Amino acid sequence: FPGLADVSIPQDIPVEGEITVPVGSHSPDEDYSTLDEPVKDTIMRDLKAVGKKFVHVMYPRKSSALLRDWDLWGPLVLCVSLALMLQGGSADSKDDGGPQFAEVFVLIWFGAVVITLNSKLLGGTISFFQSLCVLGYCVMPLTVAMLVCRLVLLASTGTVSFIIRLIVVGAMFGWSTLASTAFLADSQPPNRKALVVYPIFLFYFVISWMILTFTPQ
Amino acid sequence: AASRTTCRWGQAAGGGGMAGPGRGGADAVSAPAQGGGSAVIDMENMDDTSGSSFEDMGEMHQRMKEEEEEEEAEGEAGAGEEEDGEFLGMKGLRGQLGRQVADQMWQVGKRQASRAFSLYANIDILRPYFDVEPVQVRARLLESMIPVKMINFPQKIAGELYGPLMLVFTLVAILLHGMKTSDTIIREGTLMGTAIGTCFGYWLGVSSFMYFLAYLCNAQITMVQMLSLLGYGLFGHCITLFVTYNIHFHSLFYIFWLVVGGLSTLRMVAVLVSRTVGHTQRLILCGTLAALHMLFLLYLHFAYHKVVEGILDTWEAANMPPFQRVARDIPVVSNAVLNTTAKAIALTL
Repeated sequence: FPGLADVSIPQDIPVEGEITVPVGSHSPDEDYSTLDEPVKDTIMRDLKAVGKKFVHVMYPRKSSALLRDWDLWGPLVLCVSLALMLQGGSADSKDDGGPQFAEVFVLIWFGAVVITLNSKLLGGTISFFQSLCVLGYCVMPLTVAMLVCRLVLLASTGTVSFIIRLIVVGAMFGWSTLASTAFLADSQPPNRKALVVYPIFLFYFVISWMILTFTPQ
Repeated sequence: AASRTTCRWGQAAGGGGMAGPGRGGADAVSAPAQGGGSAVIDMENMDDTSGSSFEDMGEMHQRMKEEEEEEEAEGEAGAGEEEDGEFLGMKGLRGQLGRQVADQMWQVGKRQASRAFSLYANIDILRPYFDVEPVQVRARLLESMIPVKMINFPQKIAGELYGPLMLVFTLVAILLHGMKTSDTIIREGTLMGTAIGTCFGYWLGVSSFMYFLAYLCNAQITMVQMLSLLGYGLFGHCITLFVTYNIHFHSLFYIFWLVVGGLSTLRMVAVLVSRTVGHTQRLILCGTLAALHMLFLLYLHFAYHKVVEGILDTWEAANMPPFQRVARDIPVVSNAVLNTTAKAIALTL
């Protein structure tokens, strides 16, 4: 904007402002009153918010509720449960091929951070934590797939079980990618959606691959 | 500039808009000065993305921020001096001077620290390298397999980091798949760590090494361009490994290694040759790059391969004397086997 450089601004009036999308401002009364409410109310409100987001992931529609009030409780719970379930094998075996807890944890969080940075660098309008929130919540179908896989592996470990697991993991992988794309791709300029979707696809693909190749010792 | 939610007048317009006109202006200013002095054509101006290094972008950003901060600081310093003047009688001259000196040192230190921080931790420095369209990425991926014919004219290299970064991550994913299907046993470290370390280490390490060599051999290439060139060269690796990790034929791998690896190497070599002057320099640079590129593909295939794993195991078992063998959880039965083997080998020796 070369024309703006010529605008003369008086020195004593700071020209600074915020251009934020008005998304339902909280009145100051609400902020003060939440300090006095019983703890049960606070916890129930947070749990309801987390539950609502889970429902949004299960039925991905283009709504802004997931983006507006981001929180990282859901992603933390999902990540920890997935990492616990993936912690396979006995500790003293010489086959270290199974992913350990720390590996899965670090992979999920650093993968989400990289995808967020990438979408911001490509000119996205979504904020850092909103993107982390969406990516974390969309791990839920894959956690469900891990649960199903573990149950199937309890029953049998043959080719039939592999095919069942393949179908389940594949379906959940598609669901995860579609859900996160529905939220994240809208924040990009329209001709660059493919550039943002590919890293998300790769991220969920690696997680699905870890789930699929999990063999209990 | 429109993507930010908080807007500051000088910064947003300048930061977003300066990327284009600022660069073009700098090039236009430098070209006549250099062209007037010597008859050598400056190859830097052939590119449309050269010259915008991290430090340049950071400097521009920081300069604009400092202009704002100076205005603010002047306002604050004026107010501070007025306050100190009132307390002169109570604290005395020495106290006031000491406080002012301490204040100034704090300001200078804070400014330097914030300058260093915003220079290197500012994500906006990387923004111009991710400014691509999907069609451009696709075109560059396909071009990375087609060697150029014109080596007398310096070829353009797009200084973009999105494609190479995605290719490195894809290579990591393919490598993980290959390691898992070949039942690789990683004794130290983890599967994920090894894959990520290998791929990123190759991309960053070999790029830095080739940039250093290019500096020695007077080749016209910047660090970002080198990263981009090598990154796109990994496309051939990705294709080869994806096919040969699933279809285990050695002859197929060698064909792919020669054809696909060779094509991407030829493209990188041709681009480098077009930017280097002198036969010895060209030979050094291109020989090193070709060797490293092809050997990396060989390493990726063979290091995580079922057959070689078996060969290595039998090699080690034959060469190591039994009493030096590391006792992992060996149950009683195999202990007996071990002892009889040791006796047999001792008898033969």
